[in-house]
Formats: sequence, C-alpha cells, structure tokens
Amino acid sequence: MKFSRLVFALSLAAALPSFAQALRIGLAEDPDVLDPTLARTFVGRIVFAALCDKLLDLDEKLAIVPQLATSHEWSPDYKALTLKLRQGVTFHDGEKFDAAAVKFNIERHKTMQGSNRRGELAPVTSVDVVDPQTVRLNLAAPFAPLLAVLTDRSGMMVSPKAAQAAGDKFGAAPVCSGPFRFVERVAQDRIVFERYANYWNKGAIHFDKVTYLPLIDATVRLANLKSGQLDLIERVAPSDIPALGKDSRFKVAKIVEIGYQGVTFNIGKSDLAQKYPAGKDPRVREAFELALDRDAIVQVAMEGEALAGNQWVAPTNTWYAKNVPVPKRDLNRAKALLREAGVINPTFTLMTPTTSDAQRIGQVVQAMVKEAGFDLKLQSTEFSTSIDMADKGQYEAYLLAWSGRADPDGNLHSHLACKQPLNYSGNCRADMDELINKQRATVDRAERLKLFEQIAAIESKDRPIVYLFHRHWLWAYTNKLSGLRTVPDGMVRLQGLRMN
Amino acid sequence: MFNYLLKRLAAIVPTLFFVSILIFGLQQLLPGDPAVALAGEDNDPNVIAYLRGKFHLDEPLPVRYWYWLDGVFHGDLGESVRIHKPVTELILEKLPVTIELAVLAMLIALVIGISAGVASAVLKDTKWDYAANIFALWGLSTPNFWLGILLILLFAVKLGWLPASGYVSPFEDLKANLAAMIMPAFVLGNAIAAVLMRHTRSAMLQVLSSDYVRTARAKGLAERVVILRHALRNAMVPIVTLGALQLGELLGGAVLTEQVFSIPGFGKLIVDAVFNRDYSVVQGVVLFTATAYITLNLLADLAYFVVNPRMRG
Repeated sequence: MKFSRLVFALSLAAALPSFAQALRIGLAEDPDVLDPTLARTFVGRIVFAALCDKLLDLDEKLAIVPQLATSHEWSPDYKALTLKLRQGVTFHDGEKFDAAAVKFNIERHKTMQGSNRRGELAPVTSVDVVDPQTVRLNLAAPFAPLLAVLTDRSGMMVSPKAAQAAGDKFGAAPVCSGPFRFVERVAQDRIVFERYANYWNKGAIHFDKVTYLPLIDATVRLANLKSGQLDLIERVAPSDIPALGKDSRFKVAKIVEIGYQGVTFNIGKSDLAQKYPAGKDPRVREAFELALDRDAIVQVAMEGEALAGNQWVAPTNTWYAKNVPVPKRDLNRAKALLREAGVINPTFTLMTPTTSDAQRIGQVVQAMVKEAGFDLKLQSTEFSTSIDMADKGQYEAYLLAWSGRADPDGNLHSHLACKQPLNYSGNCRADMDELINKQRATVDRAERLKLFEQIAAIESKDRPIVYLFHRHWLWAYTNKLSGLRTVPDGMVRLQGLRMN
Repeated sequence: MFNYLLKRLAAIVPTLFFVSILIFGLQQLLPGDPAVALAGEDNDPNVIAYLRGKFHLDEPLPVRYWYWLDGVFHGDLGESVRIHKPVTELILEKLPVTIELAVLAMLIALVIGISAGVASAVLKDTKWDYAANIFALWGLSTPNFWLGILLILLFAVKLGWLPASGYVSPFEDLKANLAAMIMPAFVLGNAIAAVLMRHTRSAMLQVLSSDYVRTARAKGLAERVVILRHALRNAMVPIVTLGALQLGELLGGAVLTEQVFSIPGFGKLIVDAVFNRDYSVVQGVVLFTATAYITLNLLADLAYFVVNPRMRG
C-alpha cells in the first residue's frame, strides 16, 4: 500500500512540470494590429516574439543568429542573399513552412496595401525559390541592413493559406509559426496565446499559455506584479528600481536600448528654421550641447537608468563611432559661442511629449542650458499632435525618443537623410547623404564603421539632433522565473524562460 | 402619458442627429493629422497616403460625414484602424463590462447615498448629520485614480485579498468577477454616493418641513412610515433625475478608474481611440453612449410617473 502511494507521489511529481503553466506579462501599452505586415508599434513587437518566428534573430550582443533560416550567404556582388531554411517547421494551421512561404511573405510585405514593411524591404526586387528549403532574395544594390531587417517584422513569416483567406482581417486571428498560437484578444484587456505543440524548438518552451495584459500606468503594472497577478512586467519606471532591488521576491533585468532619446532641432524642415537662433546658427546648437551635462540628466531625470550618449547608437554599441566621444559640459565655451553668434540669451521652445519622463527631462535640460544664457520654453504636447507638428515643421526643438532598430541604419537613414519620413530636423547635406547611402551599400564591417565615423563627425558639427542618452530597458519579474534573456531590442523572448 | 412618451420619442431623432454632427465636427478640431498618427513610428509616406484614401481624409468634411452617416444607417459603424476590428464588435465586447461596472457602482452609490442622505436629514444637526456631511465632502474631493491606487496597494498588494486589476467575465467565474469589480465599483460609487447624499439630504429636508408630513405625523403614523412612504417618495424625483444622469455618465465610461483597474470598458476604449486618432471608434462609441444617455433620461422621466402619483394627472 505504502509502496503504491510512493509510486503515485513520484509519478505525480514527475508529471508536475508538464502541468499547465501560464505566464502573465504586463505591457506598457495596448498593441496595434497583430499582422506583422501592417503592425507599427514597439509594443506589438513584444507580442510577436511569442507568436511569429522570424527568418533571423538577434542575440544579447546584437549578433545575427538563425531562427527560421539556418544559414545565410551573400553573393560575391552582395546583390543576392541566399537563405537556407529550417526543415520540419509548420505554421499554426499545420501548413508547411518552405521557400514558397518565404516568397509569399516577402511579396506580401512589399505589396500589401498599407504595409509598413515596404520601405524596409524596398531594395529587395524579387524572391527566387531555389528549392523547397532554399530561397534567394535579389537586390537592386547591396543593402547592408537587410539581415537586421529580417530579424524584425519584415522577417516574420505568416501562413500563406491563412493570410490569403483572411486578407486585411488577418490581424484579428494571426497564424504564424512561433512557439505560441493565437487564442483570443480583447482590446485593451488581454491577448492570450497557447503553446503550439508542433513548434520546431518545443524543448525550449516551458509554458502552456501566455497572456499579455496592457497596463498603461507603471504604478498599476508594478502593483499587479507585487500582488501576484503578473509574473513579468516590461518598462518598469526607473524610480521603482531601487525598491524592487531590495525586495527578494522579485528580480530586475536591464540592458541599454538600441534606440535613443534626443533633442531634434528644426534646421530646415520649414521657414521657421531661419526664424530662431538655434535653427539658423550651428554655433547656438553647439552651445546648447556644451551646456548639457548628460550624466547629470541621466541621474536626475532617469534615476540613473540610462546611458549618456551623443550618437544614434549607444557608446556600448559595436557600431558607435569612437572618433566622436560624448562631449563634456563646458559652460564657458558655450557662453563664448553664444557671444560669437551674437545671441547672448537665445530664446526658443522645446516641444516635449506629455509623459512624466519627457517633462522631467525637459525641465532638467531647461535648467542646465539656462546657466549658459538660454531661455528655453517648454511646450508639453500630446504625442500625436507633436508628431504632426514635427512632420509639418511647426516647432523649434523637439524632445523625441526612438525605439531603435538592430542595424544602425534604422536609427540614421530615415532620421537624417534628405527628405526621409522621420527627418523632422529637415537636415539635408549632400556630403552626409552620400555617406549615409554608401554605408547602406557597404556590407564589409570595417569599411562601414569608417563611414559611420565620417557621418558622426559631420553630425556632431552640425547637430540637427543633439542625442542625450539611451534608456535602459527595464524588466521586473517574480524570482520564480528564470531564463530571461536581455536583448537590446527590448523584446521578451519566451524560449528558455521557465517558472521554477 | 402616452402623448408625452410619443413627444419625447420624436425628440430623440433630431437630438441624435445634432449629436452626430457634434461628434463628427468636434473630432475634426483635434489637432494633428489622423493619417500621420495612425501611420505609426515609421511615418511611411505610402502608408499615410493609403490611410488618407481609405478613410476619405482628403475629401471635404460634409462628404466624410455622409460616408459615416450612410454606414450608420446600414448598421456599420466602421472599423478600428488600429486593431482592425469592427467598431460594432468592439462596442458589443465592452458593453457588458461597462454596464456591469455602471450598475454595481450605481448600486453602491444608491445604497450609501440615499441612506446617508435620509439619515442626515432626519437626524439634522446631530453627530450623524455631521458624519454624513464629512463623508460627502470626502467622496466629492477624493480623486478616483488616487483612491483606486490606494485601494490596490491595501487590498491587493498588502493584504492580498483582491486582484490588483483586470477583468474576468461573470459567466467564466462569478466570484472572480465580483472580486475584480468590487474596488472599481466602490471607487466610482463612492464619488456618486456623495453627490446623491447631498441631494437626498436637501430634498428630504424640504419635504420634511412641508404641511403634509406634519399632517401625517399628526395622524399618528409611525415615523418610519412618514419618512419612507410620505417624505422619501416625494423627495425621490430629483434623486431619480440625478441617478439617471449619473448612470448615463457611467455608461459613457469611467476613464481614470478603468485605466487604474485595467477594466476594459468604454472609457479606456475611447481614450485610446482619441490618442490614436482612431476616428471610427470615437464616433461609434460616442454615438452609442449618447443614445444610451438620451434613453436613460427618457426612462428617468417616465419613472417620475411611477414614484410620484401627482404627475400622472
């Protein structure tokens, strides 16, 4: 009798890990449409990490690693990228993942009405199915960021059959090939996925269900973690980190983001650029930068949870141009520059979003530059309005955060090349444009880094954007959870994550 | 009464028409280009052009209004651009949540508000009256989001008795549903109870000093009967009006409370839609809540006939 009880207890214990385990993740926003072709928000990418596998992925050091493609090879002229595909992969509807599916997906990204991937994949002219497990992407010209582009939504593969059947309604019930399949979504409430039994890497998945809950207020998000309603939360408020660090029930993880926070100056977006001192005279922008103590901004406005920086990538990034280090604060030089420019007390307005972080940063910057003689006005503006004003050039300076892309080009080309969509400064210099386009076409790493150094040298003299810092992605989670990988893109990868 | 009802029903049509123009017109005053807001962080010009075309954003205002109105007449309130879901579906998804929260909050408000108001009027100038007035002042001056966060910290984080936030359908798990709804319903009900208490008190004080109450007392009726059957019934008219207005407001969504407790009701839906310039959602939800508000007012007017026999003539 006793023996049979023991056997029963042991078999129960052995069965325990396979019991339904659920993971609840608190998000800082409600994601937009769950269709990788149409999706346009950072938070949506966090959810996609569980749902849609990509051709390639990133590791903690931002190196490109295989996911659905097991290897890649450039042609000698870098105008074709051949990808070998993983065998035995199926979509959540049971359809096979193969080269034809890749061709369908790339073409869908490029041609679907309203696609947000069209720009990223513009250099891809055609896709050849070499054999069922090999696909070739043909390019008009060499395009170095392509591999990184395929680690994000452009590399996400959806089931061709489901996508064709659902048309533009695909996002309501997406079918991909990731570790979890879509179950339900209640807008502003929850997104629920369940484990996909035939996932190619199922050994790395230790949950049966994952639920994403958008909780916009950081205090409420944290309260839910503390009360046990959530297992993991993203974008923890920096001010909550010290207390969390002392609470043994929770762990905190952080990494420097791939994006940046900076002040964009209107230097040519509209006529307004010539009507205020910092828009028309680079010496005033230099004085502005020299009046800033970036480390102090990070300490005061971000509670130390950021890394001071002066380029589109962080100083810890392998693409950082070391020839242009973060300048030190120099008030005397700043004042001298203002005297030279003939404006001892330049006045202009810094537009900031309405978040408390943005307002705090604005106030710290305002106080710092005041010591050099600047009379900086702050204008807190609702986000959609601020983007529209920036787009139309109806601003002088704009405090803007960019979530970042794995390849430095994603933080640079659209922001600083002539007439690009995110070029709110109106920066347009032939020499810089030439270098930006050249780095895009340069696949050789060392050569490309040299080009970035030249671009950084020009940018740091002209300063259409004065970069301030790079935030830490901050996650907090129950101490029972292990295996969280901190990748600078801010995603929560569920492979390897387990509850102990 | 029948004629009155007909007149009121007939008035609903032009009212809703003006409301629809107002919703549509006011929304156009929002700063910012909706196509730019909807295009997302990549700001792709192709996407912006596509969105402009899809939502007729380049057409003149009356034409756009007509497109929308035409859809409304055909039962189509449009689609959310942000999450690609029909607005009708979104409304149906949020409606039960919003109604439940509104009804629970109203119940709490009525029980607390009316009993405190009656007690305070009957026991005027006693310590009970002062206590009820202090309660009303507290209810009126406490911000919902602050009270909400304090309740979460106490009952969810410290004591662990209730979930911090989130919503569970009552059909899934009634106990979990009530556990999730009690705090937000109390936060909302608390503020309304304060208003109701003040109105009940002043209406009761007025009625209690009237001749027929004195007569009722002189006839030797029990005080309980005098207060509940004679005084309170007459005092109910302004309370019913106020209650209906408050309920209508609750059905429009309780933005901050829903945000703090993560209750997926109309409030969260509409705020997100405004910030993302998801026009179809804003228009659909506001039209729906306006209709609900007008209907509730009509029902309140009809309720006068029930609570006050003098109005039946």
